[in-house]
Amino acid sequence: MVEILNVSNLSTAFQSDYGSKQALKNISFKINEGEVLALVGESGSGKTVTSLSIMGLLPNNAYIQEGNINLIDKKNNQVNILKLTDDKHNLIRGNDISMVFQEPMTCLNPTMTIGDQIVEVILNHKKISKTKAVKEMIDLLGLVEIPDPTQRAREYPHQLSGGMRQRVMISIALACTPKLIIADEPTSALDVTIQAQLLQLLMKLKNSIVSKTSILFITHDLGIVRELADRVIVMYQGRVLEIGSVRQILKSPLHPYTRGLLAAIPALAKKGHRLATISSVVGDEDIDTAYPLTRLKDGRQVSLSPQALERITNG
Amino acid sequence: MKNFSIILKRFLLNKGSAFGGIFLLIIIIGAIFAPLIAPYNWNEVDTGPRLAPPSWDFLFGTDIHGRDVFSRIVYGARYSLSVGVISVLFGIVAGSIFGITIAYIGGRVDIIGSRVIDVMFGFPSFLLSLLVVAIIGVGLWNVVFAVGLASIPHFARIIRSAALQVKEQPYIEACVNMGFGKIRIMFNHILPNIFPIIIVIATMDLGGAIISIASLSFLGLGAQPPEPEWGAMLSSGREYMRYAPWTMIYPGLFLFLTVMSVNLLGDRLSIALDARQSVDKGKV
Amino acid sequence: MNFFIKKLLIVIPTLYIAWTVVFVTLNIIPGDPVNLMLGGRPASDEVRENVRKNLGLDKPVFERYTSFLINATKGDLGKSYLTRQPVTTMIKENMMPTIELSIGGLIFGVFFGVFFGIFAGTKPNSMRDTFSMIIALCGISLPSFWIGMMLIYIFGTTLGWVPIVGEGLVSLILPSITVGLFFAGGMARLTRSSLVDVLNQDYIRTARSKGISKYRIVLRHSLRNAMIPPVTLLGIQFGLLITGAVITEEVFARPGLGQLLLQAILAKDIPLVQALVVYMTAVYIFLNLIVDFTYGIIDPRIRLERNRG
Repeated sequence: MVEILNVSNLSTAFQSDYGSKQALKNISFKINEGEVLALVGESGSGKTVTSLSIMGLLPNNAYIQEGNINLIDKKNNQVNILKLTDDKHNLIRGNDISMVFQEPMTCLNPTMTIGDQIVEVILNHKKISKTKAVKEMIDLLGLVEIPDPTQRAREYPHQLSGGMRQRVMISIALACTPKLIIADEPTSALDVTIQAQLLQLLMKLKNSIVSKTSILFITHDLGIVRELADRVIVMYQGRVLEIGSVRQILKSPLHPYTRGLLAAIPALAKKGHRLATISSVVGDEDIDTAYPLTRLKDGRQVSLSPQALERITNG
Repeated sequence: MKNFSIILKRFLLNKGSAFGGIFLLIIIIGAIFAPLIAPYNWNEVDTGPRLAPPSWDFLFGTDIHGRDVFSRIVYGARYSLSVGVISVLFGIVAGSIFGITIAYIGGRVDIIGSRVIDVMFGFPSFLLSLLVVAIIGVGLWNVVFAVGLASIPHFARIIRSAALQVKEQPYIEACVNMGFGKIRIMFNHILPNIFPIIIVIATMDLGGAIISIASLSFLGLGAQPPEPEWGAMLSSGREYMRYAPWTMIYPGLFLFLTVMSVNLLGDRLSIALDARQSVDKGKV
Repeated sequence: MNFFIKKLLIVIPTLYIAWTVVFVTLNIIPGDPVNLMLGGRPASDEVRENVRKNLGLDKPVFERYTSFLINATKGDLGKSYLTRQPVTTMIKENMMPTIELSIGGLIFGVFFGVFFGIFAGTKPNSMRDTFSMIIALCGISLPSFWIGMMLIYIFGTTLGWVPIVGEGLVSLILPSITVGLFFAGGMARLTRSSLVDVLNQDYIRTARSKGISKYRIVLRHSLRNAMIPPVTLLGIQFGLLITGAVITEEVFARPGLGQLLLQAILAKDIPLVQALVVYMTAVYIFLNLIVDFTYGIIDPRIRLERNRG
């Protein structure tokens, strides 16, 4: 497994009139080449802050306190992202790492044609002629299955539907063949049917030409995780609770919080039993205390008390 | 309660509003206690040597008639502040009544009323004031009326759109269902809810009103001699600018500082009140 | 094209209504214009009747009103009571200095206003933001007549850098600053707040995620959207050009329409006042129309909406 991104001991906090709030508490994980890593957690768990920390797009009142984020860029150099100046970071953004956001309605510039917005990212990172860039743009639109791309390219975002806009966002993210795409709940704001279509597209893309691109897929929808992901990270209140393969997490979750998450899904609950709610497991000592991540024999990592760990390894 | 104290804290601790508030307080105290503060009678000719430069006897010097500039400025505070406030009050009250009424009644009344506002907007407001003065003649109170009148379309438009928004709220519909009379709904229910906006636009316009009135006085259309209104003082001080610049510098300086303080407070007030609204909406 | 026609259909009646208001207000002025024409000299009733006939005051109000409107459209607005010249001639003679002054003030105001607005908005809550906004605040708080005189005093009288009177571009500097300062202040504040709002939008974050430099983001992505409120403000503040003309021409003793208007009001020269107000209102409405058109250029959503409807 070739590692392309290594996040270690990352802590991020926010400053406000009311004091400071710790958003990420010492989180660590790795992303491998070509894999889809799902980042799962409820609102406020720190999923988005993690993605913004990697991209360097945190708001002004946020600051990274400690940690390292190491990237292997397209030229195979190791880059410490946190030590980059903004200008240097701009060379990475859209190029080695790109992002797809949640709200297709507001994420595209209303005064630029969508063709221009895609060409912009191409020309920003590749030294090619405008004509070549336009051709690449049309090809990209075809890749994300937008019909009649030449016409569409001349239109403005408000003339497209939400699903189409999100496809445009995906094409922007793919434009420079990045090593990593961070997708922050890209389908949450869409209709269920459109969601399904988009996921199908993502599956197709994953298994085809762009199969070497890793995806950090942030979601709270475990159904998507099952369909798309290779590995899963579970986050809660700024901490990483458990990391494992999709199979491991979905079939035999170790952390009580993860178990709670899965039990709360109607489809996976046992017939005839009451649906569990998360609150029925919170208050458990294992969730409230921040134990360090321990690596188990089967490759999983989990944050549990020493007693709980003993129980697992022995029983 | 917690929210209110946060707003208050933000408001008072800010350097801008502190400066603005203190200065304005000084001016207001000066205006009220003028007889106690001014060392000389502002109207008495030859209180001192004519066109004398500032000294310990005459803090801001004397003007062409030998009157103490400092005393005239202190008394002038009464004019410049009060006329501004009255003019804005007039505009706001008239604008509110007009705006709320046409917004609430709606239909054809609203369409006609909005057209009237648009037409009045077709005139630059200063021109309108000049026109009014041309009709009713010169004088300080005429100018106050003129400036107030010219500000009505501006207020009416904003208040109308605010009232339209409030009108859509469910509790207004509840009032209608309970059989409340139109006037009662308009003034007991709609008005209190747009009050913050009214306060904001009033304070933001106050500075402009003070300047407009002073400008018209400067042009000779407003306060007439020997009234110690700051704009008029500047007009008379103009002739002696070369030899006695203090007759021109100080009245204008105080106009400037007063308007700046008013604007500072108005800014802070609008931020603080907006903050309260977002707190209520749970955004903060 | 449809939009253009629709707009004209709204604007032209507004203009005529405004002119009606002018007519109505000026003709209820107490005081006998006949006396004014005669210059206060005693005269026989016959002479008075003649003068009255000449001024057209013997005709019924409605007739006077219609001929006023017709003449106004033609551009003929009568003769001044005092100088006996046709008012249109007087306006033409005094137009250029005021236009020069207005353009000077506009350029100064818009340039510095937008500059400081962008300077402040790109780094909110920083030193340069506070600094710019303090300057902007001074701009809107300074009475123009005072700052005009202070400028004359400091740069003209004391330092002698700039000639106070005279022709030419140099003499336009101080008056333009005086007219433009208030403009600049308002534009700076609005540009700043509008830019801050736009920079907080999601699509700006998308642009940043593409690795676009901050410089290009401001220029290419934000300015178009951020400039809409300031352009609106510009439309409203065109009225300030008139205020500025009147006051600044007075302070700097420059000839122009502002001076003319002031004299006319003080002398109760109704035809002249009427003509000037009619003219200035028409210019104001026309300028606002131009501003409306620029919205279509700036925001494609508005442009497409217009073409459809």
